[in-house]
Amino acid sequence: MNWGSPEAFFHMGGYGLFVWGSYALTAALMLVEPVLAASRYRSARRAAQEAQEN
Amino acid sequence: MSFRLFTFAAPVRFHALTGVLLPWLWAATLLLSAAGLYIGFFVAPTDATQGDAYRIIFIHVPAAWMSMLLYLVMAFWAVIGWAFKARLASMVARAVAPTGAMFTVVALWTGALWGQPTWGTWWVWDARLTSELILLFLYLGYMALVAAIDDTRRADQAGALLAAVGAVNVPIIYFSVRWWNTLHQGATIKATAAPSMASTMLCAMLLMTLAFWAYAFAVVFMRSRAIVLERERSADWVQALVKTTGDAA
Repeated sequence: MNWGSPEAFFHMGGYGLFVWGSYALTAALMLVEPVLAASRYRSARRAAQEAQEN
Repeated sequence: MSFRLFTFAAPVRFHALTGVLLPWLWAATLLLSAAGLYIGFFVAPTDATQGDAYRIIFIHVPAAWMSMLLYLVMAFWAVIGWAFKARLASMVARAVAPTGAMFTVVALWTGALWGQPTWGTWWVWDARLTSELILLFLYLGYMALVAAIDDTRRADQAGALLAAVGAVNVPIIYFSVRWWNTLHQGATIKATAAPSMASTMLCAMLLMTLAFWAYAFAVVFMRSRAIVLERERSADWVQALVKTTGDAA
């Protein structure tokens, strides 16, 4: 175990801003991208369904 | 490769197969990232020279690898789609581009946040960083080009040409640290020598690499499925699909 306390974990030996800044953007992008892809899939399905009804 | 190319070259088969694979790919992404992050933050020790700033490596290197690999994957399928008039290959090429661009942004961003504490600068115009930035522009250029041409087939052809020409940039990125004097360090993982890093650090980095692979497959498949339905909306199999399963999933 590297960290004695949660504060030490977030402090990251003084590099907290750099380490967490890196991980935050990466996590955000990797969460947003699948959501966008899923919504594109849903609208493609809706469009196909509307093509059927018309 | 030929198995995938020919057996699942029919969009209907591709749609069915990826539908089965997706939950497993997402599960693999979650498990591998959880394991990689656990080892990276709780098992791997603090680096003697870089302190804890080095922990950025667990996403920086895998993202940079993915950015280069996905470009080659995109160019490969784009050219296959062009040369053999394989519709699905062109669709997959388009589906890869945003994910490749995303990993390029991650590699550049994490590189800047790692460069500041270790080199004392966010950015430097050295060969590695500059060629990686050019990679981002190639992805964006490809996406803009295929989106700008209304005729789908011509858009795929133009995109394939751009992707193929741009592929020359990938070896330039990879070997830049050997060919030129760069501020960026040389490769830590080489095919010809034992990796120069502690085994727990290496383990975390490789787990994150596998996680990014699973993620890339999953999200590219999701986007490919959307593109397949967009392009084939009036095909019989799509009509049968939306009829039998309704609006779900």
